[in-house]
Amino acid sequence: MNTVVDKKKTGKGNPTSDGHPKERYLFWFELMLRIRRFEEKALMMYGQQKIRGFCHVYIGQEAVAAGIESVIRREDGIVTAYRQHGIALGRGISAKSAMAELYGKATGVVKGKGGSMHFLSAEHKYFGGNGIVGAQIPIGTGIAFAEKYKGTDNLCVTMFGDGAARQGALHESFNMAMSWKLPVLYIVENNGYAMGTSVNRTSNVVELYKMGLSYDMPSEAVDGMSPEAVHEAITRAAAHIRAGNGPYFLEIRTYRYKGHSVSDPAKYRTKEEVQSYQDRDPVKMIEVKMLDEKIATEKEIQAIKDKIKIEMEEAIDFAENSPLPHPDELYTDNYMQKDYPFIMD
Amino acid sequence: MNRELALRDALREAILEEMRLDENVFLMGEEVAEYDGAYKVSKGLLDEFGAKRVIDTPIAELGFAGIGVGAAMNGLRPIIEFMTWNFAVLAFDQIVNNAAKTLSQSAGQFSCPIVFRGPSGAAGQLAQQHSQTFESWMANVPGLKVISCVDPADAKGLLKSAIRDNDPVCFMESELLYGFKGLVPEGEYTVPIGLAAVRREGTDVTLVSYNKMMLVALEAADELAKEGISAEVIDLRTIRPLDYHTLVKSLKKTNRMVVIDESWPFAGVSSEVTYQMQRYAFDYLDAPVIRVNAADTSLPYAAPLVDAYMPNAAKVIKAVKEVMYVK
Ligand SMILES: Cc1ncc(C[n+]2csc(CCOP(=O)(O)OP(=O)(O)O)c2C)c(N)n1
Ligand SMILES: [Mg+2]
Repeated sequence: MNTVVDKKKTGKGNPTSDGHPKERYLFWFELMLRIRRFEEKALMMYGQQKIRGFCHVYIGQEAVAAGIESVIRREDGIVTAYRQHGIALGRGISAKSAMAELYGKATGVVKGKGGSMHFLSAEHKYFGGNGIVGAQIPIGTGIAFAEKYKGTDNLCVTMFGDGAARQGALHESFNMAMSWKLPVLYIVENNGYAMGTSVNRTSNVVELYKMGLSYDMPSEAVDGMSPEAVHEAITRAAAHIRAGNGPYFLEIRTYRYKGHSVSDPAKYRTKEEVQSYQDRDPVKMIEVKMLDEKIATEKEIQAIKDKIKIEMEEAIDFAENSPLPHPDELYTDNYMQKDYPFIMD
Repeated sequence: MNRELALRDALREAILEEMRLDENVFLMGEEVAEYDGAYKVSKGLLDEFGAKRVIDTPIAELGFAGIGVGAAMNGLRPIIEFMTWNFAVLAFDQIVNNAAKTLSQSAGQFSCPIVFRGPSGAAGQLAQQHSQTFESWMANVPGLKVISCVDPADAKGLLKSAIRDNDPVCFMESELLYGFKGLVPEGEYTVPIGLAAVRREGTDVTLVSYNKMMLVALEAADELAKEGISAEVIDLRTIRPLDYHTLVKSLKKTNRMVVIDESWPFAGVSSEVTYQMQRYAFDYLDAPVIRVNAADTSLPYAAPLVDAYMPNAAKVIKAVKEVMYVK
C-alpha cells in the first residue's frame, strides 16, 4: 500500500503518455470507483430507509477527490461541506465505518452521531463534513493558521461549493489568509448549482476563480472531470503554498449527476446537460484510457473492480450487523469535562 | 366556510393575500422564486408577482437579512425567508443588532416592519447543526416579537398579522409539519399576535406547548383521558409577548401545569412560563410546574439518540403523573 502511495505521488514508476505513472492511474481508478460504488449503495439503502436524514451524493465529482489525494500528504488537513462521502473515502476512511455511519450505527466514523453530512476523523486529519453552507471556509483558514503557527509545512485543503462562494465569510477569509500568508488551498467545487440555483443566477462573477484575484491570490480554473488536470493544478498550488507564499485558489469545474439531495428531482436543468457531463464521466473515461493506452491490463482493472465489489458488500454487512448506539450516548461528547452537570429535570 | 389546508398552503395564502393588499410587501430568500421554496411555501408566487417582488437570493443570509432591514427602514415591508432558522444564525447580527434596535436608537424615527420566517426545530435525523429550536433565542431580545405555530388556520392569521405589524417579527414554522392539515376559514381574517389558544378544555392539569410539540401535548392528553385524567391543552402560538393571562386563568382551574417545549432547558421558553406561573399564580399551584424539554445536549444523527432527545407523549404523561402525585 505504501509503495503504491509513494509512486502515485512522486511520479516514479512507468510514465504514461502524459507523464502520470501507472500507479497513479490505478490509484485514481480505485478511489473513484470506491466512491461511486459506495454512493450507489448508499442511495439504494436510503431507498430502503436504512439511511435517514439528508443524503447528498458526490456522484460525478469523484475526479476532484482523486486528484487531490494523489498529491497531498496524510499530514495535510481537509475540510469540506456536507457533500462529503467522497472526500472522506479519499482520506482513507473505510467504506465500512462510513456505511455504518450512514446507518446511524455505533461503529460508524463518528459513532452514528453525525450521519451523511459529518464524517470527521482526527486520525485522517479530516475536519468534516460541515452542514452550514460556507462555515468551513474560515474554519479551514484557521486550520491552516494553526499549521503555520506550529511551524509545519502542512497545508489545509478548504473545499466549498459554488453556492457557498457567495457567503461573506469567503471574503473575510481570503483577505486574512492573504494578509497572513496562511498555508490554505481553497477549492471551490463548481458543479453549476446550489440546490436549484445555477451559478449565473447568483452573481455577475460566474468565473469563480476570479474572486481570488481581488485579493491578489493566485487563482485558476481547472477541469474537474479530469483527475489528471486536478492533480496537476493541486501540484502547482501545493508547491506554492508549501514554499511559504500563502494561499492559492482553484475553481474546479465539475458536475453532480444526481439532485442536490435525495429529495430533489432536479427539474431546473435539462437531461441533455446532465448527459453532456456523463459523456465525460471520469470513472468510465479513465478505464477506457487505461485500456486504450495500455496503461493497465483488463485483468488488472477487473481485479480492482472485484476488490471494490467485495469491499462494498462487506461495508453493507458491517453496517447491517453493527449495534445502534446506546441512548446514553446522547450525553457523551457534549463537553470534554467528564462530569458536566447536565440539566436533567 | 372552512376548507382543509396544509400548513404550507395556509402560509402561502397569507403571503399572497398580503402581497395583493400592499405593494410594499415582498418575499426574499434562498430558492423562494424559481424553485417555489425549499418547502414549497412560495409555490406560484413568482408567477403572480414577478421577480421584482419574489426574489431569489444567493446563499448569503447575513447580507439578505440586512438588505431586508434596510428596505424596512426605508418604507418597504420585507418577508425574509430562511430555509431554516439554523441558517438564520448567520443573520443574527442584522436581526438582533439592527432590526431589534433601530426604533430605539433612532428614538422612534425608524421602525423596522419586517418578518423573518422559516422552520425551527428538529426534523428527524438531521444531526446537530440542522435540528435547533430558536424561539427562546429570539424571544430573549427586546424589540422582536416571536410567533411559533403550526395550526394552519392560526399560522395563516398570525402571518398576516405579522406582515401588517410595524415591529420586526420572527415567525417560526416546522419542517416536519408543512404538510400538516387543518381547517382554515375562507375569506379575510387575522389572528392577533400575543394571544394563546386553549385547544382542549380540561380540569386536572394544564399542558402548555407550541409549534410541533402541540401534537405531542394533544397525544398525551388523549392518552391521559383514557386513564381518567382531564388535561387542558394550551397552544402559546406567540412566544413574545407571552400570554400569561391565559395560562394563569387555566392554572387557577387545574392547579397543575406541565410545559412541553422543544427548546433546550436552560433559559428556554419553559423557564419563562414557569417563572411567570410561580410569580402570578403561586397560590394556585398544587405542585411545582414541570417541563418536558429537548435534552440538554446537541442532537446527534442516530435514531435511538433522537428518541432519547425529543419530548414525546410518554415523557409528558410521566411528568403529568408527577405533578398529580399519582403513580
Ligand atoms: C448557511 C446555510 N444556508 C442554507 C443552507 C441550505 N443549503 C444546504 S446546501 C445548499 C446549497 C449549497 O450549494 P453549493 O455550495 O453549490 O454546494 P453543492 O450542494 O453544489 O455541493 C443550501 C442552500 C445551509 N445548509 N446553510
Ligand atoms: Mg454547487
